[in-house]
Amino acid sequence: MQMQISMPVEAQSLSDAPRGAIAETAPAKACASKLGFWYGNMQALKGLDMEIRDKRVTALIGPSGCGKSTFLRCFNRMHDLTPGTRYEGSIHLYPDDIDLVSRDVDPIEVRMRIGMVFQKPNPFPKSIFENVAYGLRVRGMRARALIEEEVEKALRDAALWDEVKDRLQSSGLSLSGGQQQRLCIARALATNPELLLFDEPTSALDPIATARIEELITALRERVTVLIVTHNMQQAARVSDYTAFMYLGELVEFDATSKLFTNPGRKATEDYITGRYG
Amino acid sequence: MRAAQAGVERRKLFDKLFVLLGLVVLVAAFAVLFALFLDLLRQGAPRLDWDFLTSYASRKPEQAGILAAWVGTSLIMVVTACVAMPVGVAAAIYLEEYAPKNWVTAIIEINVTNLAGVPSIIYGLLALGLFVYKLGLGQSILAAGLTLALLILPIVIVATREAVRAVPRPIREAAYALGATRWEVTAHHVLPYSMGGVLTGMIIGLSRAIGETAPIITIGALSFIAFLPTPPLTGEFPFLSFAWLKDAFTAMPIQMFNWVSRPDPGFRVNAAAAGAILLGMTLLMNGIAIWLRYRFRKKINW
Repeated sequence: MQMQISMPVEAQSLSDAPRGAIAETAPAKACASKLGFWYGNMQALKGLDMEIRDKRVTALIGPSGCGKSTFLRCFNRMHDLTPGTRYEGSIHLYPDDIDLVSRDVDPIEVRMRIGMVFQKPNPFPKSIFENVAYGLRVRGMRARALIEEEVEKALRDAALWDEVKDRLQSSGLSLSGGQQQRLCIARALATNPELLLFDEPTSALDPIATARIEELITALRERVTVLIVTHNMQQAARVSDYTAFMYLGELVEFDATSKLFTNPGRKATEDYITGRYG
Repeated sequence: MRAAQAGVERRKLFDKLFVLLGLVVLVAAFAVLFALFLDLLRQGAPRLDWDFLTSYASRKPEQAGILAAWVGTSLIMVVTACVAMPVGVAAAIYLEEYAPKNWVTAIIEINVTNLAGVPSIIYGLLALGLFVYKLGLGQSILAAGLTLALLILPIVIVATREAVRAVPRPIREAAYALGATRWEVTAHHVLPYSMGGVLTGMIIGLSRAIGETAPIITIGALSFIAFLPTPPLTGEFPFLSFAWLKDAFTAMPIQMFNWVSRPDPGFRVNAAAAGAILLGMTLLMNGIAIWLRYRFRKKINW
Protein backbone atom coordinates (compact mmCIF):
# COMPACT_ATOMS: atom_id res chain seq x y z
CA MET A 1 0.00 0.00 0.00
CA GLN A 2 1.83 3.04 -1.18
CA MET A 3 -1.26 5.20 -1.14
CA GLN A 4 -1.60 8.15 1.22
CA ILE A 5 -4.99 7.96 2.80
CA SER A 6 -6.34 10.47 5.26
CA MET A 7 -9.13 8.82 7.10
CA PRO A 8 -12.15 10.52 8.67
CA VAL A 9 -11.88 10.14 12.41
CA GLU A 10 -15.15 8.25 12.73
CA ALA A 11 -14.14 5.80 10.07
CA GLN A 12 -10.88 5.18 11.84
CA SER A 13 -12.59 4.25 15.04
CA LEU A 14 -15.05 2.08 13.17
CA SER A 15 -12.29 0.15 11.54
CA ASP A 16 -11.41 -1.55 14.77
CA ALA A 17 -14.96 -2.55 15.49
CA PRO A 18 -16.37 -5.83 14.23
CA ARG A 19 -19.01 -5.53 11.47
CA GLY A 20 -21.86 -6.39 13.73
CA ALA A 21 -21.02 -3.42 15.91
CA ILE A 22 -21.21 -1.11 12.89
CA ALA A 23 -24.69 -2.29 12.13
CA GLU A 24 -25.75 -1.33 15.61
CA THR A 25 -24.29 2.17 15.45
CA ALA A 26 -26.27 3.14 12.38
CA PRO A 27 -29.56 1.61 11.28
CA ALA A 28 -30.06 0.74 7.62
CA LYS A 29 -31.50 3.52 5.47
CA ALA A 30 -31.83 1.45 2.37
CA CYS A 31 -31.22 -2.15 1.50
CA ALA A 32 -30.69 -3.56 -1.98
CA SER A 33 -31.35 -7.24 -2.27
CA LYS A 34 -30.78 -9.41 -5.33
CA LEU A 35 -30.85 -6.21 -7.32
CA GLY A 36 -30.46 -6.78 -11.04
CA PHE A 37 -30.74 -4.28 -13.85
CA TRP A 38 -31.10 -4.71 -17.59
CA TYR A 39 -30.60 -2.36 -20.52
CA GLY A 40 -32.58 -4.32 -23.11
CA ASN A 41 -30.80 -7.65 -23.27
CA MET A 42 -27.68 -6.42 -21.54
CA GLN A 43 -27.48 -7.17 -17.87
CA ALA A 44 -25.69 -4.30 -16.14
CA LEU A 45 -26.20 -5.31 -12.52
CA LYS A 46 -26.15 -8.84 -11.20
CA GLY A 47 -27.73 -9.78 -7.90
CA LEU A 48 -26.45 -6.95 -5.71
CA ASP A 49 -27.00 -7.17 -1.97
CA MET A 50 -26.02 -4.13 0.00
CA GLU A 51 -27.11 -2.04 2.96
CA ILE A 52 -26.85 1.73 3.07
CA ARG A 53 -26.43 3.02 6.64
CA ASP A 54 -28.47 5.94 7.88
CA LYS A 55 -26.62 9.29 8.13
CA ARG A 56 -23.41 7.82 6.75
CA VAL A 57 -21.52 8.32 3.54
CA THR A 58 -21.28 5.23 1.38
CA ALA A 59 -18.95 5.28 -1.62
CA LEU A 60 -19.20 3.12 -4.72
CA ILE A 61 -15.91 2.52 -6.46
CA GLY A 62 -14.82 0.37 -9.37
CA PRO A 63 -13.43 0.61 -12.89
CA SER A 64 -15.38 2.31 -15.71
CA GLY A 65 -18.37 0.30 -16.82
CA CYS A 66 -18.59 -1.71 -13.61
CA GLY A 67 -22.14 -0.55 -13.04
CA LYS A 68 -21.62 1.82 -10.13
CA SER A 69 -23.49 4.71 -11.76
CA THR A 70 -26.16 2.30 -12.97
CA PHE A 71 -26.58 1.10 -9.40
CA LEU A 72 -26.78 4.67 -8.09
CA ARG A 73 -29.43 5.61 -10.63
CA CYS A 74 -31.63 2.73 -9.52
CA PHE A 75 -32.22 4.54 -6.23
CA ASN A 76 -34.10 7.43 -7.80
CA ARG A 77 -35.42 5.44 -10.75
CA MET A 78 -33.53 7.57 -13.26
CA HIS A 79 -33.47 4.54 -15.56
CA ASP A 80 -37.22 4.84 -16.02
CA LEU A 81 -36.46 7.68 -18.44
CA THR A 82 -34.70 5.26 -20.77
CA PRO A 83 -37.01 2.93 -22.67
CA GLY A 84 -36.28 -0.79 -22.56
CA THR A 85 -34.79 -0.94 -19.08
CA ARG A 86 -35.79 -3.38 -16.36
CA TYR A 87 -35.18 -3.80 -12.65
CA GLU A 88 -35.02 -7.06 -10.75
CA GLY A 89 -34.97 -7.67 -7.03
CA SER A 90 -35.61 -4.81 -4.64
CA ILE A 91 -34.25 -1.74 -2.89
CA HIS A 92 -36.07 -1.19 0.35
CA LEU A 93 -36.07 2.29 1.83
CA TYR A 94 -36.41 2.51 5.61
CA PRO A 95 -38.02 3.29 7.97
CA ASP A 96 -41.26 2.95 5.99
CA ASP A 97 -40.00 -0.04 4.03
CA ILE A 98 -41.08 0.80 0.48
CA ASP A 99 -39.48 -0.95 -2.47
CA LEU A 100 -37.94 1.81 -4.59
CA VAL A 101 -37.70 -0.25 -7.76
CA SER A 102 -41.11 -1.84 -7.53
CA ARG A 103 -43.52 -1.21 -10.38
CA ASP A 104 -46.17 -0.21 -7.87
CA VAL A 105 -44.07 2.64 -6.54
CA ASP A 106 -44.30 5.83 -8.57
CA PRO A 107 -40.86 7.10 -9.68
CA ILE A 108 -41.98 10.70 -9.06
CA GLU A 109 -42.67 9.86 -5.42
CA VAL A 110 -39.28 8.19 -5.14
CA ARG A 111 -37.57 11.28 -6.54
CA MET A 112 -39.48 13.52 -4.13
CA ARG A 113 -37.60 11.81 -1.31
CA ILE A 114 -34.23 11.11 -2.88
CA GLY A 115 -32.03 13.90 -4.24
CA MET A 116 -29.31 13.64 -6.81
CA VAL A 117 -26.21 15.58 -7.83
CA PHE A 118 -24.80 14.82 -11.24
CA GLN A 119 -21.39 14.34 -12.76
CA LYS A 120 -21.29 17.64 -14.56
CA PRO A 121 -22.82 20.68 -12.88
CA ASN A 122 -26.20 21.12 -14.54
CA PRO A 123 -27.89 24.23 -13.17
CA PHE A 124 -31.01 25.36 -15.00
CA PRO A 125 -30.49 28.45 -17.15
CA LYS A 126 -32.53 30.38 -14.61
CA SER A 127 -31.56 32.63 -11.75
CA ILE A 128 -29.60 31.24 -8.81
CA PHE A 129 -32.70 31.75 -6.66
CA GLU A 130 -35.00 29.92 -9.06
CA ASN A 131 -32.55 27.04 -9.35
CA VAL A 132 -32.76 26.35 -5.65
CA ALA A 133 -36.47 27.17 -5.42
CA TYR A 134 -37.47 24.82 -8.25
CA GLY A 135 -37.75 21.69 -6.12
CA LEU A 136 -39.90 23.59 -3.64
CA ARG A 137 -42.18 24.87 -6.39
CA VAL A 138 -42.61 21.35 -7.74
CA ARG A 139 -43.65 20.37 -4.23
CA GLY A 140 -46.36 23.00 -4.35
CA MET A 141 -44.79 25.59 -2.09
CA ARG A 142 -46.17 29.01 -3.01
CA ALA A 143 -45.49 31.34 -0.08
CA ARG A 144 -42.75 33.70 -1.17
CA ALA A 145 -41.33 34.27 2.32
CA LEU A 146 -41.14 30.56 3.03
CA ILE A 147 -39.41 29.85 -0.27
CA GLU A 148 -36.90 32.63 0.37
CA GLU A 149 -36.16 31.19 3.77
CA GLU A 150 -35.65 27.67 2.44
CA VAL A 151 -33.48 28.90 -0.43
CA GLU A 152 -31.21 30.76 1.95
CA LYS A 153 -30.98 27.74 4.22
CA ALA A 154 -30.12 25.42 1.36
CA LEU A 155 -27.50 27.82 0.00
CA ARG A 156 -25.95 28.11 3.44
CA ASP A 157 -25.90 24.35 3.82
CA ALA A 158 -24.18 24.13 0.46
CA ALA A 159 -21.58 26.71 1.59
CA LEU A 160 -22.54 29.00 -1.26
CA TRP A 161 -24.63 31.67 0.45
CA ASP A 162 -21.83 34.16 1.12
CA GLU A 163 -20.69 34.04 -2.50
CA VAL A 164 -24.12 34.54 -4.08
CA LYS A 165 -26.28 36.39 -1.54
CA ASP A 166 -25.87 39.66 -3.43
CA ARG A 167 -26.69 38.25 -6.82
CA LEU A 168 -29.47 35.74 -6.34
CA GLN A 169 -31.16 37.00 -9.49
CA SER A 170 -28.22 36.44 -11.82
CA SER A 171 -28.11 33.31 -13.91
CA GLY A 172 -26.94 30.07 -12.38
CA LEU A 173 -24.74 29.69 -15.44
CA SER A 174 -22.76 32.80 -14.49
CA LEU A 175 -21.11 30.91 -11.63
CA SER A 176 -17.82 29.02 -11.83
CA GLY A 177 -17.86 25.25 -12.23
CA GLY A 178 -17.32 24.55 -8.54
CA GLN A 179 -19.96 27.10 -7.55
CA GLN A 180 -22.37 25.60 -10.07
CA GLN A 181 -21.90 22.19 -8.49
CA ARG A 182 -22.54 23.62 -5.02
CA LEU A 183 -25.63 25.29 -6.47
CA CYS A 184 -26.76 21.87 -7.67
CA ILE A 185 -26.16 20.50 -4.18
CA ALA A 186 -28.19 23.38 -2.71
CA ARG A 187 -30.94 22.64 -5.23
CA ALA A 188 -31.05 19.04 -4.05
CA LEU A 189 -30.81 19.97 -0.34
CA ALA A 190 -33.67 22.47 -0.55
CA THR A 191 -36.10 19.60 -1.02
CA ASN A 192 -34.87 18.00 2.21
CA PRO A 193 -34.05 14.57 0.78
CA GLU A 194 -33.66 11.50 2.97
CA LEU A 195 -30.99 10.09 0.72
CA LEU A 196 -28.67 12.13 -1.47
CA LEU A 197 -27.03 10.52 -4.48
CA PHE A 198 -23.79 11.88 -5.91
CA ASP A 199 -22.71 10.64 -9.33
CA GLU A 200 -18.99 11.48 -9.58
CA PRO A 201 -19.71 15.03 -8.43
CA THR A 202 -16.15 16.31 -8.75
CA SER A 203 -14.98 14.71 -11.97
CA ALA A 204 -15.44 17.97 -13.89
CA LEU A 205 -13.89 20.19 -11.21
CA ASP A 206 -10.42 21.43 -10.32
CA PRO A 207 -8.70 20.26 -7.09
CA ILE A 208 -9.70 23.30 -5.03
CA ALA A 209 -13.36 23.08 -6.02
CA THR A 210 -13.16 19.34 -5.40
CA ALA A 211 -11.86 19.89 -1.88
CA ARG A 212 -14.77 22.20 -1.10
CA ILE A 213 -17.32 19.68 -2.35
CA GLU A 214 -15.67 16.97 -0.30
CA GLU A 215 -15.81 19.14 2.82
CA LEU A 216 -19.44 19.70 2.10
CA ILE A 217 -20.20 16.00 1.76
CA THR A 218 -18.44 15.30 5.03
CA ALA A 219 -20.53 17.99 6.71
CA LEU A 220 -23.75 16.66 5.18
CA ARG A 221 -23.55 13.32 6.93
CA GLU A 222 -24.97 15.04 10.01
CA ARG A 223 -28.37 15.28 8.37
CA VAL A 224 -28.64 13.12 5.31
CA THR A 225 -27.61 9.70 4.08
CA VAL A 226 -25.16 9.99 1.21
CA LEU A 227 -24.38 7.55 -1.55
CA ILE A 228 -21.54 8.65 -3.78
CA VAL A 229 -20.06 7.16 -6.92
CA THR A 230 -16.47 8.15 -7.40
CA HIS A 231 -13.72 7.36 -9.80
CA ASN A 232 -11.20 8.63 -7.38
CA MET A 233 -10.18 6.19 -4.66
CA GLN A 234 -8.55 8.83 -2.49
CA GLN A 235 -11.85 10.65 -2.56
CA ALA A 236 -13.71 7.55 -1.44
CA ALA A 237 -11.19 7.14 1.38
CA ARG A 238 -11.48 10.79 2.38
CA VAL A 239 -15.24 11.25 2.45
CA SER A 240 -16.86 7.90 3.05
CA ASP A 241 -17.62 5.72 6.03
CA TYR A 242 -18.37 2.67 3.93
CA THR A 243 -17.10 1.65 0.55
CA ALA A 244 -18.41 -0.83 -1.96
CA PHE A 245 -16.13 -2.12 -4.67
CA MET A 246 -17.95 -3.16 -7.81
CA TYR A 247 -16.69 -5.01 -10.82
CA LEU A 248 -18.56 -6.15 -13.96
CA GLY A 249 -21.95 -5.40 -12.50
CA GLU A 250 -21.34 -7.29 -9.29
CA LEU A 251 -20.58 -6.22 -5.77
CA VAL A 252 -17.14 -7.62 -5.00
CA GLU A 253 -16.64 -6.27 -1.52
CA PHE A 254 -18.46 -3.97 0.87
CA ASP A 255 -17.04 -2.86 4.17
CA ALA A 256 -16.12 0.06 6.39
CA THR A 257 -13.92 2.33 4.30
CA SER A 258 -10.97 2.07 6.67
CA LYS A 259 -11.14 -1.70 6.57
CA LEU A 260 -11.59 -1.95 2.82
CA PHE A 261 -8.67 0.31 2.06
CA THR A 262 -6.22 -1.05 4.62
CA ASN A 263 -7.18 -4.67 4.76
CA PRO A 264 -9.30 -5.69 1.76
CA GLY A 265 -10.84 -9.11 1.99
CA ARG A 266 -10.68 -9.92 -1.69
CA LYS A 267 -7.75 -10.10 -4.04
CA ALA A 268 -9.63 -8.14 -6.74
CA THR A 269 -10.28 -5.27 -4.36
CA GLU A 270 -6.68 -5.14 -3.32
CA ASP A 271 -5.52 -5.14 -6.95
CA TYR A 272 -7.88 -2.31 -7.77
CA ILE A 273 -7.10 -0.06 -4.85
CA THR A 274 -3.39 -0.53 -5.28
CA GLY A 275 -3.75 0.55 -8.87
CA ARG A 276 -3.06 -2.73 -10.63
CA TYR A 277 -6.09 -2.24 -12.93
CA GLY A 278 -9.04 0.04 -13.45
CA MET B 1 11.86 18.25 -44.63
CA ARG B 2 11.59 20.60 -47.61
CA ALA B 3 9.11 18.28 -49.32
CA ALA B 4 7.01 18.23 -46.17
CA GLN B 5 7.09 22.05 -46.10
CA ALA B 6 5.86 22.22 -49.68
CA GLY B 7 3.04 19.84 -48.76
CA VAL B 8 1.91 22.15 -45.97
CA GLU B 9 1.93 25.14 -48.33
CA ARG B 10 -0.22 23.29 -50.82
CA ARG B 11 -2.69 22.15 -48.19
CA LYS B 12 -2.95 25.68 -46.84
CA LEU B 13 -3.63 26.88 -50.37
CA PHE B 14 -6.62 24.52 -50.62
CA ASP B 15 -7.85 25.85 -47.33
CA LYS B 16 -7.73 29.40 -48.68
CA LEU B 17 -9.33 28.34 -51.97
CA PHE B 18 -12.28 26.90 -50.10
CA VAL B 19 -12.77 30.10 -48.13
CA LEU B 20 -12.68 32.03 -51.40
CA LEU B 21 -15.20 29.70 -53.03
CA GLY B 22 -17.51 30.04 -50.04
CA LEU B 23 -17.30 33.81 -50.12
CA VAL B 24 -18.01 33.95 -53.86
CA VAL B 25 -21.09 31.77 -53.53
CA LEU B 26 -22.34 33.77 -50.55
CA VAL B 27 -21.82 37.12 -52.25
CA ALA B 28 -23.48 35.84 -55.44
CA ALA B 29 -26.57 34.73 -53.53
CA PHE B 30 -26.74 38.02 -51.68
CA ALA B 31 -26.17 40.05 -54.84
CA VAL B 32 -29.09 38.39 -56.62
CA LEU B 33 -31.51 39.14 -53.77
CA PHE B 34 -30.16 42.64 -53.37
CA ALA B 35 -30.39 43.38 -57.11
CA LEU B 36 -33.94 42.07 -57.19
CA PHE B 37 -34.95 44.21 -54.26
CA LEU B 38 -33.29 47.30 -55.71
CA ASP B 39 -34.92 46.70 -59.08
CA LEU B 40 -38.34 46.38 -57.50
CA LEU B 41 -37.73 49.55 -55.50
CA ARG B 42 -36.55 51.45 -58.57
CA GLN B 43 -39.49 50.34 -60.71
CA GLY B 44 -42.05 50.78 -58.01
CA ALA B 45 -40.62 54.04 -56.64
CA PRO B 46 -43.26 56.30 -58.23
CA ARG B 47 -46.05 54.47 -56.40
CA LEU B 48 -44.37 53.92 -53.03
CA ASP B 49 -46.28 56.42 -50.95
CA TRP B 50 -48.97 56.60 -48.29
CA ASP B 51 -51.81 56.68 -50.84
CA PHE B 52 -50.65 53.36 -52.23
CA LEU B 53 -51.03 51.77 -48.82
CA THR B 54 -54.42 53.32 -48.11
CA SER B 55 -56.20 52.90 -51.45
CA TYR B 56 -58.24 50.00 -52.74
CA ALA B 57 -57.63 48.36 -56.09
CA SER B 58 -58.80 50.39 -59.05
CA ARG B 59 -59.10 50.19 -62.83
CA LYS B 60 -56.84 53.20 -63.06
CA PRO B 61 -53.28 52.17 -62.21
CA GLU B 62 -52.32 55.52 -60.69
CA GLN B 63 -55.27 55.33 -58.25
CA ALA B 64 -54.92 51.68 -57.35
CA GLY B 65 -53.52 50.69 -53.96
CA ILE B 66 -52.92 47.67 -51.78
CA LEU B 67 -55.05 48.45 -48.74
CA ALA B 68 -57.25 45.37 -49.04
CA ALA B 69 -54.23 43.23 -49.92
CA TRP B 70 -51.99 44.05 -46.99
CA VAL B 71 -54.85 43.99 -44.50
CA GLY B 72 -55.90 40.62 -45.93
CA THR B 73 -52.35 39.27 -45.77
CA SER B 74 -51.90 40.47 -42.20
CA LEU B 75 -55.16 38.92 -41.02
CA ILE B 76 -54.38 35.64 -42.76
CA MET B 77 -50.98 35.62 -41.06
CA VAL B 78 -52.66 36.13 -37.69
CA VAL B 79 -54.90 33.10 -38.29
CA THR B 80 -51.98 31.05 -39.62
CA ALA B 81 -49.78 31.88 -36.64
CA CYS B 82 -52.55 31.23 -34.12
CA VAL B 83 -53.21 27.80 -35.62
CA ALA B 84 -49.75 26.63 -36.67
CA MET B 85 -47.96 27.63 -33.46
CA PRO B 86 -49.95 25.63 -30.90
CA VAL B 87 -50.59 22.66 -33.19
CA GLY B 88 -47.03 22.51 -34.50
CA VAL B 89 -45.37 22.96 -31.11
CA ALA B 90 -47.68 20.45 -29.46
CA ALA B 91 -47.02 17.90 -32.20
CA ALA B 92 -43.27 18.40 -31.95
CA ILE B 93 -43.28 18.15 -28.16
CA TYR B 94 -45.33 14.99 -28.34
CA LEU B 95 -43.01 13.41 -30.88
CA GLU B 96 -39.86 14.41 -29.01
CA GLU B 97 -40.83 14.01 -25.37
CA TYR B 98 -43.78 11.69 -25.14
CA ALA B 99 -44.11 9.37 -28.13
CA PRO B 100 -42.63 5.90 -27.68
CA LYS B 101 -39.86 5.24 -30.19
CA ASN B 102 -41.47 2.59 -32.36
CA TRP B 103 -42.30 2.10 -36.04
CA VAL B 104 -45.56 4.06 -35.86
CA THR B 105 -43.81 7.20 -34.66
CA ALA B 106 -41.01 6.56 -37.16
CA ILE B 107 -43.56 6.61 -40.00
CA ILE B 108 -45.17 9.76 -38.62
CA GLU B 109 -41.79 11.45 -38.38
CA ILE B 110 -40.83 10.57 -41.95
CA ASN B 111 -44.19 11.80 -43.21
CA VAL B 112 -43.95 15.09 -41.35
CA THR B 113 -40.59 15.72 -42.98
CA ASN B 114 -41.93 14.73 -46.39
CA LEU B 115 -44.96 17.00 -46.04
CA ALA B 116 -42.60 19.97 -46.10
CA GLY B 117 -41.84 19.04 -49.71
CA VAL B 118 -45.43 18.70 -50.95
CA PRO B 119 -46.22 21.37 -53.61
CA SER B 120 -48.32 24.14 -52.16
CA ILE B 121 -51.04 23.80 -54.82
CA ILE B 122 -51.82 20.37 -53.38
CA TYR B 123 -52.52 22.00 -50.04
CA GLY B 124 -54.76 24.44 -51.93
CA LEU B 125 -56.77 21.59 -53.45
CA LEU B 126 -57.06 19.83 -50.11
CA ALA B 127 -58.21 23.06 -48.49
CA LEU B 128 -60.73 23.72 -51.25
CA GLY B 129 -62.34 20.34 -50.68
CA LEU B 130 -62.02 20.26 -46.90
CA PHE B 131 -62.26 23.80 -45.52
CA VAL B 132 -64.22 25.60 -48.23
CA TYR B 133 -66.78 22.91 -49.08
CA LYS B 134 -66.85 20.13 -46.47
CA LEU B 135 -66.53 22.35 -43.43
CA GLY B 136 -68.42 25.15 -45.17
CA LEU B 137 -65.98 27.89 -44.29
CA GLY B 138 -66.39 29.40 -47.73
CA GLN B 139 -63.81 31.57 -49.44
CA SER B 140 -62.90 33.25 -46.23
CA ILE B 141 -59.90 34.56 -44.31
CA LEU B 142 -60.34 31.63 -41.92
CA ALA B 143 -60.08 29.10 -44.75
CA ALA B 144 -56.98 30.83 -46.15
CA GLY B 145 -55.33 31.02 -42.73
CA LEU B 146 -56.01 27.36 -42.04
CA THR B 147 -54.64 26.38 -45.44
CA LEU B 148 -51.40 28.25 -44.90
CA ALA B 149 -51.17 26.91 -41.36
CA LEU B 150 -51.34 23.40 -42.79
CA LEU B 151 -48.68 24.35 -45.30
CA ILE B 152 -46.17 25.57 -42.71
CA LEU B 153 -46.98 22.97 -40.07
CA PRO B 154 -44.13 20.66 -41.15
CA ILE B 155 -41.66 23.56 -41.00
CA VAL B 156 -42.80 24.49 -37.51
CA ILE B 157 -42.72 20.88 -36.33
CA VAL B 158 -39.24 20.18 -37.69
CA ALA B 159 -37.82 23.45 -36.29
CA THR B 160 -39.43 22.89 -32.89
CA ARG B 161 -38.20 19.31 -32.68
CA GLU B 162 -34.68 20.44 -33.39
CA ALA B 163 -34.89 23.19 -30.77
CA VAL B 164 -36.33 20.77 -28.23
CA ARG B 165 -33.67 18.18 -28.98
CA ALA B 166 -30.98 20.79 -28.36
CA VAL B 167 -31.94 20.99 -24.67
CA PRO B 168 -29.24 18.84 -23.04
CA ARG B 169 -30.26 15.61 -21.36
CA PRO B 170 -28.55 16.54 -18.04
CA ILE B 171 -30.91 19.51 -17.72
CA ARG B 172 -33.94 17.24 -18.10
CA GLU B 173 -32.42 14.76 -15.68
CA ALA B 174 -31.86 17.52 -13.14
CA ALA B 175 -35.53 18.43 -13.30
CA TYR B 176 -36.71 14.83 -13.15
CA ALA B 177 -34.40 14.14 -10.22
CA LEU B 178 -36.15 16.93 -8.28
CA GLY B 179 -39.41 15.08 -8.71
CA ALA B 180 -40.83 16.95 -11.70
CA THR B 181 -43.37 15.17 -13.87
CA ARG B 182 -42.90 14.91 -17.62
CA TRP B 183 -45.31 17.77 -18.14
CA GLU B 184 -43.46 19.95 -15.63
CA VAL B 185 -40.13 19.19 -17.26
CA THR B 186 -41.61 20.17 -20.61
CA ALA B 187 -43.46 23.27 -19.48
CA HIS B 188 -40.91 24.66 -17.01
CA HIS B 189 -37.70 23.73 -18.78
CA VAL B 190 -37.70 22.21 -22.24
CA LEU B 191 -40.12 24.65 -23.83
CA PRO B 192 -38.79 27.88 -22.29
CA TYR B 193 -35.19 26.94 -23.11
CA SER B 194 -36.03 26.08 -26.71
CA MET B 195 -38.31 29.11 -27.25
CA GLY B 196 -35.71 30.91 -29.37
CA GLY B 197 -35.59 28.04 -31.85
CA VAL B 198 -39.35 27.55 -31.78
CA LEU B 199 -40.07 31.19 -32.58
CA THR B 200 -37.41 31.24 -35.28
CA GLY B 201 -39.01 28.23 -36.96
CA MET B 202 -42.42 29.82 -36.61
CA ILE B 203 -41.37 33.03 -38.29
CA ILE B 204 -39.50 31.26 -41.06
CA GLY B 205 -42.71 29.33 -41.66
CA LEU B 206 -44.77 32.52 -41.69
CA SER B 207 -42.41 34.25 -44.09
CA ARG B 208 -42.86 31.30 -46.42
CA ALA B 209 -46.64 31.51 -46.03
CA ILE B 210 -46.79 35.24 -46.66
CA GLY B 211 -45.59 34.82 -50.24
CA GLU B 212 -47.70 31.77 -51.09
CA THR B 213 -50.06 32.41 -54.00
CA ALA B 214 -51.17 29.08 -55.41
CA PRO B 215 -53.08 27.69 -52.45
CA ILE B 216 -55.04 30.85 -51.76
CA ILE B 217 -55.93 31.28 -55.42
CA THR B 218 -57.19 27.70 -55.33
CA ILE B 219 -59.49 28.34 -52.42
CA GLY B 220 -60.81 31.43 -54.13
CA ALA B 221 -59.18 34.65 -53.07
CA LEU B 222 -60.71 37.63 -54.83
CA SER B 223 -58.36 39.77 -56.81
CA PHE B 224 -60.49 42.87 -56.99
CA ILE B 225 -61.87 43.95 -53.70
CA ALA B 226 -62.87 47.38 -52.53
CA PHE B 227 -63.80 46.84 -48.93
CA LEU B 228 -62.07 45.81 -45.71
CA PRO B 229 -63.04 42.84 -43.55
CA THR B 230 -65.14 43.58 -40.45
CA PRO B 231 -62.88 45.29 -37.93
CA PRO B 232 -61.79 42.91 -35.17
CA LEU B 233 -62.26 45.62 -32.52
CA THR B 234 -65.75 46.95 -31.91
CA GLY B 235 -67.19 49.85 -29.97
CA GLU B 236 -69.51 47.83 -27.76
CA PHE B 237 -69.03 44.87 -25.45
CA PRO B 238 -67.19 42.45 -25.79
CA PHE B 239 -65.08 44.75 -28.00
CA LEU B 240 -63.74 41.81 -29.98
CA SER B 241 -65.37 40.56 -33.13
CA PHE B 242 -64.49 37.47 -35.08
CA ALA B 243 -66.79 38.22 -38.01
CA TRP B 244 -63.72 39.06 -40.12
CA LEU B 245 -62.81 35.38 -40.12
CA LYS B 246 -65.74 34.71 -42.45
CA ASP B 247 -65.06 37.64 -44.78
CA ALA B 248 -63.81 37.45 -48.33
CA PHE B 249 -60.26 38.59 -48.83
CA THR B 250 -57.38 39.27 -51.14
CA ALA B 251 -53.68 39.06 -50.33
CA MET B 252 -50.46 40.70 -51.44
CA PRO B 253 -49.25 37.99 -53.83
CA ILE B 254 -52.73 37.76 -55.39
CA GLN B 255 -52.82 41.49 -55.97
CA MET B 256 -49.36 41.37 -57.55
CA PHE B 257 -50.26 38.43 -59.73
CA ASN B 258 -53.35 40.27 -60.88
CA TRP B 259 -51.42 43.40 -61.75
CA VAL B 260 -48.57 41.77 -63.67
CA SER B 261 -51.06 39.94 -65.87
CA ARG B 262 -52.62 43.21 -67.05
CA PRO B 263 -51.56 44.86 -70.30
CA ASP B 264 -51.38 48.45 -68.97
CA PRO B 265 -47.71 49.16 -68.06
CA GLY B 266 -48.93 51.36 -65.20
CA PHE B 267 -50.03 48.24 -63.38
CA ARG B 268 -46.56 46.80 -63.70
CA VAL B 269 -45.22 49.69 -61.66
CA ASN B 270 -47.87 48.89 -59.06
CA ALA B 271 -46.82 45.24 -59.05
CA ALA B 272 -43.19 46.22 -58.50
CA ALA B 273 -44.14 48.52 -55.64
CA ALA B 274 -46.28 45.81 -54.05
CA GLY B 275 -43.43 43.35 -54.54
CA ALA B 276 -41.00 45.65 -52.76
CA ILE B 277 -43.41 45.98 -49.85
CA LEU B 278 -44.01 42.22 -49.68
CA LEU B 279 -40.27 41.56 -49.73
CA GLY B 280 -39.86 44.21 -47.06
CA MET B 281 -42.48 42.46 -44.91
CA THR B 282 -40.66 39.14 -45.32
CA LEU B 283 -37.27 40.63 -44.48
CA LEU B 284 -38.80 42.34 -41.47
CA MET B 285 -40.17 39.03 -40.23
CA ASN B 286 -36.81 37.35 -40.72
CA GLY B 287 -35.21 40.24 -38.87
CA ILE B 288 -37.57 39.65 -35.95
CA ALA B 289 -36.66 35.96 -36.02
CA ILE B 290 -32.95 36.75 -35.80
CA TRP B 291 -33.54 39.24 -33.01
CA LEU B 292 -35.65 36.76 -31.03
CA ARG B 293 -33.06 34.05 -31.45
CA TYR B 294 -30.38 36.43 -30.25
CA ARG B 295 -32.48 37.53 -27.27
CA PHE B 296 -33.23 33.97 -26.14
CA ARG B 297 -29.81 32.48 -26.79
CA LYS B 298 -28.00 35.27 -24.97
CA LYS B 299 -29.49 34.03 -21.72
CA ILE B 300 -28.75 30.39 -22.42
CA ASN B 301 -25.33 29.01 -23.20
CA TRP B 302 -24.95 25.37 -22.35
